[in-house]
Amino acid sequence: MITGRFFASGADRRVLFTIAALLGVAALVPVLNLAVPPANMFHVPTYMVALVGKYLCYALLALALDLVWGYCGILSLGHGAFFALGGYAMGMYLMRQIGDRGVYGNPILPDFMVFLNWKELPWFWYGFDRFWFAALMVVLVPGALAFAFGWFAFRSRVTGVYLSIITQALTYALLLAFFRNDMGFGGNNGLTDFKDILGFSIQAGTTRSALFSASAVALAAAVYVTWRIVGSKFGKLMIAVRDAESRTRFLGWRPENIKLFAFTVSAVMAGIAGALYVPQVGIINPGEFDPSNSIEVVVWTAVGGRGTIVGPIVGALLVNTGKSYFTGALPDLWLFALGGLFVCVTLFMPKGVLGLWDQLRARFARNGGRTETPPQDAAQPVARSAAQTAVESRGLGAATPEPQPAE
Amino acid sequence: MRMPRVIVLLAALLAAGLFAASADEDGLRRIIAKFADAKDFKATEAVARELAETGDPAVERVLLALADGNLFVRKGDGAVFVGKETGASVTLSDPLTGEKAGEAAKAEITKVKVNNGLRRLIRDLLGGLTLGSADPLTRGVAADTMFRTPDAANIEALDAAIARETVASVKARLEQARAASILVSDGSDEEKVVAIAVVEARGDRDALSLLTAVAARTEGAVREAAENAIAQVNGRLALWAAGQNVWYGISLGSVLLLAAIGLAITFGVMGVINMAHGEMVMLGAYTTYVVQSIIRTSFPGLFDWSLAFALPLAFLVAAAVGLAIERGIIRFLYGRPLETLLATWGVSLILQQSVRTLFGPTNREVGNPSWMSGGFDLGQMALTWNRFWIVLFALGVFAVLLYVMKRTPWGLQMRAVTANRRMAASMGIRTPWVDALTFALGSGIAGIAGVALSQIDNVSPNLGQGYIIDSFMVVVFGGVGNLWGTLVGAMSLGVLNKFLEPYAGAVLGKILVLVLIILFIQKRPRGLFALKGRAVEA
Repeated sequence: MITGRFFASGADRRVLFTIAALLGVAALVPVLNLAVPPANMFHVPTYMVALVGKYLCYALLALALDLVWGYCGILSLGHGAFFALGGYAMGMYLMRQIGDRGVYGNPILPDFMVFLNWKELPWFWYGFDRFWFAALMVVLVPGALAFAFGWFAFRSRVTGVYLSIITQALTYALLLAFFRNDMGFGGNNGLTDFKDILGFSIQAGTTRSALFSASAVALAAAVYVTWRIVGSKFGKLMIAVRDAESRTRFLGWRPENIKLFAFTVSAVMAGIAGALYVPQVGIINPGEFDPSNSIEVVVWTAVGGRGTIVGPIVGALLVNTGKSYFTGALPDLWLFALGGLFVCVTLFMPKGVLGLWDQLRARFARNGGRTETPPQDAAQPVARSAAQTAVESRGLGAATPEPQPAE
Repeated sequence: MRMPRVIVLLAALLAAGLFAASADEDGLRRIIAKFADAKDFKATEAVARELAETGDPAVERVLLALADGNLFVRKGDGAVFVGKETGASVTLSDPLTGEKAGEAAKAEITKVKVNNGLRRLIRDLLGGLTLGSADPLTRGVAADTMFRTPDAANIEALDAAIARETVASVKARLEQARAASILVSDGSDEEKVVAIAVVEARGDRDALSLLTAVAARTEGAVREAAENAIAQVNGRLALWAAGQNVWYGISLGSVLLLAAIGLAITFGVMGVINMAHGEMVMLGAYTTYVVQSIIRTSFPGLFDWSLAFALPLAFLVAAAVGLAIERGIIRFLYGRPLETLLATWGVSLILQQSVRTLFGPTNREVGNPSWMSGGFDLGQMALTWNRFWIVLFALGVFAVLLYVMKRTPWGLQMRAVTANRRMAASMGIRTPWVDALTFALGSGIAGIAGVALSQIDNVSPNLGQGYIIDSFMVVVFGGVGNLWGTLVGAMSLGVLNKFLEPYAGAVLGKILVLVLIILFIQKRPRGLFALKGRAVEA
């Protein structure tokens, strides 16, 4: 098909480059951190490794959101919930690894349970002393929740703003639930004070580098998976559901199944992101369920460019770097900046920085291409695909620029 | 042994119609002076009794002061005063008239000591004494005191008081006190069964504890009657408790209604969710704060009117901000509801941070006008005035909006645009104007909701955040484009929340409500009162 050629020539190279870059970073950074002496200008300090590792987890979360929002038109305001659930699953494993080195020295019960005077390990903590079980839960719990939630929501055709609000209610309900002490997840304080992961000290530089590499590799894998899904026939269906759900239904497809698949895959990816995030920051608490966190993820995706594979990664890295800078240098201004970002991105950059970049490049190419002089045949598809996706993203209902009353 | 003589004497005085006449003041002063010689509790008790036996209401001040430990004897001349400790010195006043009698250093005076037994005695004495008070309220309180500490010896005094009583409600309470006294006397079983019926009619917790004591103590018919009465009273109390829960639910529901109704209008007409809606509520609350600050510093006398000034101002401030948001941002995003949601979320962050920068991150104090503080009892339910007024206010706002929507040309246009935008535009309705004004109206209502919320909640930059998710739930549950849906949604969510709370706890109750809504939306994806039409989603 024609669109297939566009993907093959334009977007493909970008994706492959991203995967290569991520794998390269995964291999290189540990070396630069551990083997290069601190005095050398190529040395990467450990705090940097931890920080960027965290950003990579965020990027994975943003990519997960992009799969449902950018490609399937489901704006989830509750993706932080899947992230946090994956994080909790990993946190429970790390908690069990503490063993008798906790403050109370109980070999089985985590500290907070001893503190709350619990006598036995609750049933849902069984098995978390093994890594394979925890890893399975990291995937299964968010996936199962997303499947159950999506099953109900998509079948009864809850769409648009309603669905967004309901996903927000989901994460809010989980936030309230995890704040309760008798839930057995550490209540307000969450899970922290981790010691070991797979037998390696979690504080050690080597472990941190390994976690960084794992995050980068996971992100690369996610990019590959997303790319394959989006490029497949199924991906075309997802885009069709995004742009004209009713028309897709009338053509004989089942939009609810397509959405359910995308939503579940996305939740699993978010869960993995959370699981990689927790050992790197050393704590997981109910604050991760906060609805405002989930909405922030949406802005990362929007800034980078939704409906692209590389965009959310760029967006997550950019916004979080900005956040780290602002909250350190000008803490009062950060919320202004973030709020302004929400407004400006939606008003002026509906395709994100990546879309902007494509537009600029296309314009340059048309004006004589004085830059790197990309070959004419390569620049043309980029321009056309950008224009085409712009039409796609606005969708059928938005073809008329006027308000749509809630049905 | 305890009160009989007092009561008999009192009854005699009352019967003689002498109760109102003040006994000879010198005689009272002579008795009061004896406090100076009372060396132990027993002696003090005797003096207190003697004082009460005069039956003069004027001795109340002395006895109250004695019970509170505020009765002092001046070391120099043995004179007795009521005193109020202020730092190192004590302000003295006359024990009978309450006139100021100068100050004294603590070293110059000694306190008349009391213990708990003496305090109890004084309370009982006062109970008997105040039965003769000219104020029906005092008489009622005395009757209640006697009800709570029944004594067979009180019966005669109560009989006399009942015969003389003219206020029906006080009379009923006196009769209940008499019935309680009969229950502890050694009267006949028939008498007691009748008395149990009287106590049962009272039906509050005091009656319940009295009946429980009777049931444990007696045998046969009386016990049976008491147990039946306990069951009856328990049933009635459960009903009252349910009523109280409904009231709490309505109170919460009216707050939700205020917060959600503006959201429902804008969502209905324009199909956009305004995530900055909570911040409009916050702006309204801060407007109230500013108005009150100005009134406090410049026109302290007008404080009770502060809300009347704040209401229109809050409406205007929030409506102006809403109009600016609509004209400046939202109108460029029409047809993209999800992006509108994101942009308004950004606006909400900016507004929050602006208010934090201007007013500081801490809570600001907003006072209640005098007519909004305190509370009152309705049967066995306790209501507070501020909640009461807010319920009325919410219903008032609802009625006004209903009028605007159904009876004004503007409302007609709004409804037309909600039902079918293109058709409305074809009929000559300027839909952009309707959009802008609707958004301003919705925001303005959020502003006045903020005035109401400032009376019951902390005024902080996060005020709006606490209500926004609940407001969404109300809109999603009630359906859009229909004010009645919002009303029913808000009230049912409020009541449901408050009914779940006692069983599940506040947090779990809220989670349950959220889960129920998520399940409900499966059944009716467009809410309880969905608009019917042919519009197919795009």
